[in-house]
Amino acid sequence: MDIIVCVKRVPQTQEVDLEINPQKNDVRKDMLAYVINEWDNYAIEEAVLLKEKLDGTAIAITVGDEDDEEVLRRCLAMGADKAIRIDPGGRILDPYIISRILAAVIKGLNHDLVLTGVQADDLNDGAIPSMLAEHLGLTHATVVNSVEPAEKGATIRVELEGGTDEVSKIKLPALLSIQTGINEPRYVSIMGIRKAAKKELNVMKVEELGLSEEELTPFTTVEEIYLPPETEGAEMIEGDPGTVAETILRILKEKGVSR
Amino acid sequence: MGEILVVVEHRQGEVREITEQMLWKANDLCEKHAHTLTAVLLGGKDEPFIQDLTERADKVIAVEDDRLKDFNGDIYKEILYRLIQENHPLLTLIGHTPWGMDFGPALSVKTGLPIATDCVDILLEDGGPRVIRQIYSGKIFSRVSLKKSDGYLVTVRSGAFPADKVGERKAEVIKLEIPADLPEVGKQFLAFEEAGAGDVDITQADLLVSIGRGIGEEDNVAAMKAFAELMGGVLSCSRPVVDKNWLPKYHQVGTSGKSVKPKVYLAFGISGAFQHVAGITGAGCVIAVNKDKKAPIFRVADYGVADDLFKIVDALKEKVSA
Repeated sequence: MDIIVCVKRVPQTQEVDLEINPQKNDVRKDMLAYVINEWDNYAIEEAVLLKEKLDGTAIAITVGDEDDEEVLRRCLAMGADKAIRIDPGGRILDPYIISRILAAVIKGLNHDLVLTGVQADDLNDGAIPSMLAEHLGLTHATVVNSVEPAEKGATIRVELEGGTDEVSKIKLPALLSIQTGINEPRYVSIMGIRKAAKKELNVMKVEELGLSEEELTPFTTVEEIYLPPETEGAEMIEGDPGTVAETILRILKEKGVSR
Repeated sequence: MGEILVVVEHRQGEVREITEQMLWKANDLCEKHAHTLTAVLLGGKDEPFIQDLTERADKVIAVEDDRLKDFNGDIYKEILYRLIQENHPLLTLIGHTPWGMDFGPALSVKTGLPIATDCVDILLEDGGPRVIRQIYSGKIFSRVSLKKSDGYLVTVRSGAFPADKVGERKAEVIKLEIPADLPEVGKQFLAFEEAGAGDVDITQADLLVSIGRGIGEEDNVAAMKAFAELMGGVLSCSRPVVDKNWLPKYHQVGTSGKSVKPKVYLAFGISGAFQHVAGITGAGCVIAVNKDKKAPIFRVADYGVADDLFKIVDALKEKVSA
């Protein structure tokens, strides 16, 4: 089973005050810490698990700058055999362009399965899996929370709303977008990343892929980003923990749920 | 004047709420810009809700076939591709749901029509639509334009619009046969399966003590369970806690878990992703405790505490036990 996994490095924005950049088209990123996109972490783990079960190769791919190689090294440490970074060379990217770039690279590689995360934590588009499958002419499923290899394909579960799963049979080759919780991603140590430094990490430029200007024209452009409008929001309870606790207990009593 | 197309999402004989929300927004846009509203239903024979659709659209296109009773993204994409080629709608609305995410972006590539996904608002202006999206876990809003085109696709976030019936419309129903030359599909539906029930039912509790990522580590879960019991409540959680296998799925509140309606929802270390917030709209009162004073949960909570959850829990324990 030859598996391609598409991954992204994203800034960690929880418990951080975000600032808007001067162009007002993104947040200021110079002070942010970066991690592998949570969904992609599950996708690479799933790829490695399948590879261990069925033999074959796992290749991790990202579209990004040199700094983004950090997540590829992490994937190599988790068990990917090889990694590829495609340098966008300062281009403004959107899901359409990224899916075009990924498709151009994946077309040249053996693949029984292409895995992605359901979406990325930062921009939340969730559009690349389905677009990429269409470019590649692959059957696909999104929001997958279980993959069991079966004859000539796999039995998969798609997570719907309200705790319902949709069980389907899918033929290979196929593309699956992986939901969080599908497995338990393994721990990656600094030592592990050092050891994996010997593995192959290739860098390509977008210009090498033979894509037309039309194919590299974005579908969407961010005109302006802004902070959420001030709504009424929560009434903040101030004070030391003891005072706060008293206020909470008073509210519980008012609402008729105190002990 | 153009046409706005709404792709009807339905499951097991029932229209999904996202469909009603999209119809609400489509009606709003049609009234403002004198467009017409078409609902597209891909389903089995005589779906029971078709009558309701005729009261909310100017035209209902129904493609009926047993193969469409259950969702199949590949078939949806093929049929919608043909309908769009024939009708040239200005705007096609699709739910940003597991199903919409499956065929929406692929349909965009196949038709060449640009798509914007997970949108919470849509503005139609000269020079094409603009959409509003929420990025960086809802901490930032983004206004996005689409590449100039004859038609556009937009996927709509669940809960972005009301589901109420609005507008005076009366649709003719146009029934179409499924195209005879559909390509072979690679995916075959087998069954729906429900998540198992557990020893607690979080949908019935008056007080929920709910924990999220901010709980930090697994060892704290048992302590929070004891704390929930001390408070006379039931322990529930957000998605990351279930993803890490710290609690079984039946504790999970949110879109992919349960919708709850306690008198009070006490949220500890929950940032408030929209999938989670969608599950607590029925709560009488939400009290949120989170270190991050900018956490989106504070935009929907009634009361907020921007502090370390463990300090607040310890103080509560002390007062209740005293």
